[in-house]
Amino acid sequence: MTRIEGYNFAYLDEQTKRMIRRALLKAVAIPGHQIPFGSREMPLPYGWGTGGIQVTAAVLGQQDVLKVIDQGADDTTNAVSIRRFFARTAGVRTTTHTSEATIIQTRHRIPEHPLTENQIIVYQVPQPEPLSKLESSRVETTRMHGLAEYGLMHVKLYEDITRYGHVAISYDYPVMVAGRYLMAPSPIPAFDNPKMHQMPALQLFGAGREKRLYAVPPYTDVRSLDFDDHPFRATRAPHACGLCAATDSYLDEIVTDDRGGRMFVCSDTDHCETRRARGHVGAQALAAE
Amino acid sequence: MPDETLLSARGLSLRFGAIPALIDVDADLWPGEVLAIAGESGSGKSTLLNVLSGRLTPDDGVVWYRDTQAKLQDVHAMPQPALRALHRSDWGFVQQNPRENLRMGVSAGGNVGERLMAQGSRHYGRIRDQAADWLTQVEIDVARIDDLPRTFSGGMLQRLQIARTLVTHPRLVFMDEPTGGLDVSVQARLLDLIRGLVRRLDIAVVLVTHDLAVARLLAHRIMVMQRGRVVESGLTDQVLDDPQHAYTQLLVSSVLQA
Repeated sequence: MTRIEGYNFAYLDEQTKRMIRRALLKAVAIPGHQIPFGSREMPLPYGWGTGGIQVTAAVLGQQDVLKVIDQGADDTTNAVSIRRFFARTAGVRTTTHTSEATIIQTRHRIPEHPLTENQIIVYQVPQPEPLSKLESSRVETTRMHGLAEYGLMHVKLYEDITRYGHVAISYDYPVMVAGRYLMAPSPIPAFDNPKMHQMPALQLFGAGREKRLYAVPPYTDVRSLDFDDHPFRATRAPHACGLCAATDSYLDEIVTDDRGGRMFVCSDTDHCETRRARGHVGAQALAAE
Repeated sequence: MPDETLLSARGLSLRFGAIPALIDVDADLWPGEVLAIAGESGSGKSTLLNVLSGRLTPDDGVVWYRDTQAKLQDVHAMPQPALRALHRSDWGFVQQNPRENLRMGVSAGGNVGERLMAQGSRHYGRIRDQAADWLTQVEIDVARIDDLPRTFSGGMLQRLQIARTLVTHPRLVFMDEPTGGLDVSVQARLLDLIRGLVRRLDIAVVLVTHDLAVARLLAHRIMVMQRGRVVESGLTDQVLDDPQHAYTQLLVSSVLQA
């Protein structure tokens, strides 16, 4: 696809990109710490990835290969729109293959395929403040971060174990970054949390409406909060993928008819397609075609 | 009595605009001692409590606290993190209204365990055991450990607040009218509980009260305040049995004899 005229490379003007890059440098220097930035109006609504799209625009180069996923899928509206947006405003190559991409913008998932040092993953973040549900005052949460007072978060975990027997946070499960800052990993499933730990790729987080950026540099410790006697456990639906028979990937449940029919399939479409191309066949693969 | 004070205040003064809330107040507290600050409303009792605990900064004067390493700390010169850490561990604060201190949406066990978790306790079972132990100590049925405080009566809430405060074994607890707003029989039981706990755990207490009966029951020493000044201080029994200052005499004589 060729670039459309009248826009700067990757839509944002260079001064805005510099401002975002400065904030990103600061974010990388203080892993997990939220950095305020002058979030711009973008041609999509808040909640659709205005933060992520600005971070991507600021780090995108002409040689980059971009992949955009939404809930793990390359073919949903949000993913298709943002991928096309950058194809048209930057003229960069796009892909759906995790291993080919140099920048991956994501909403709600980390790809199953392990990321490398040559890749950057950009998360779209609705609420950057992990303590927001427990303490509504920004002033107070800033102070809590400053003094590393995170006892309140453990009170929440204590309450969950008391009420449900386990920590009942299935997504946006809070993590400690480099032993210092409590961080919201964005609404990825808790299943993906372990992938953030010591990840070789640079992880950038952008919250457009809340005007905050943060980052996890490569090979940084990211620990999910837990208790010694109730260790963190990544959970997934106890099934094999109906299409590719994978038993180690994160699954979506899909309703297939109005008679109670349903199937579980990989939420990471690229992972599923790659496996099927290699000859893995799930129990419902034939019926699905 | 050891000769080293736990908390010492010298020359505390504070004005709220034109109103002098504290005028040149001195105070000393020894380890394990209960000091009552008595006086009518508006006399500066609560202001003094807030200044002593570092929650309010005085215009003038200094508050020294001897920490666990026997080092003297100027409470108002301490960095914010150190003061907050002190309030979480070595000190406690019991409010008149327990709802200000408790988290009403968190179970009784979670409320008691919060200070432990804030100090870095990361073992659910042990936190729960300690919470259960403290509920027993404040005479709350352990079966209620998972209940929300909003299902508790006023007296239970106050006892829960005390459990939540004492769970970290503080050396010094500030209490602001801990029995205020409770009916008389509940008050008596609570006073009995506080007296037992304080004596057994050897906690020093600064107690603000307008109720001289509470002061007589709990306090070793008493300071009587009027319009921001300490008008009389001494051993509780001595001051209450033989008040010297006209204002103290008035206070003592206005208590209804049952």
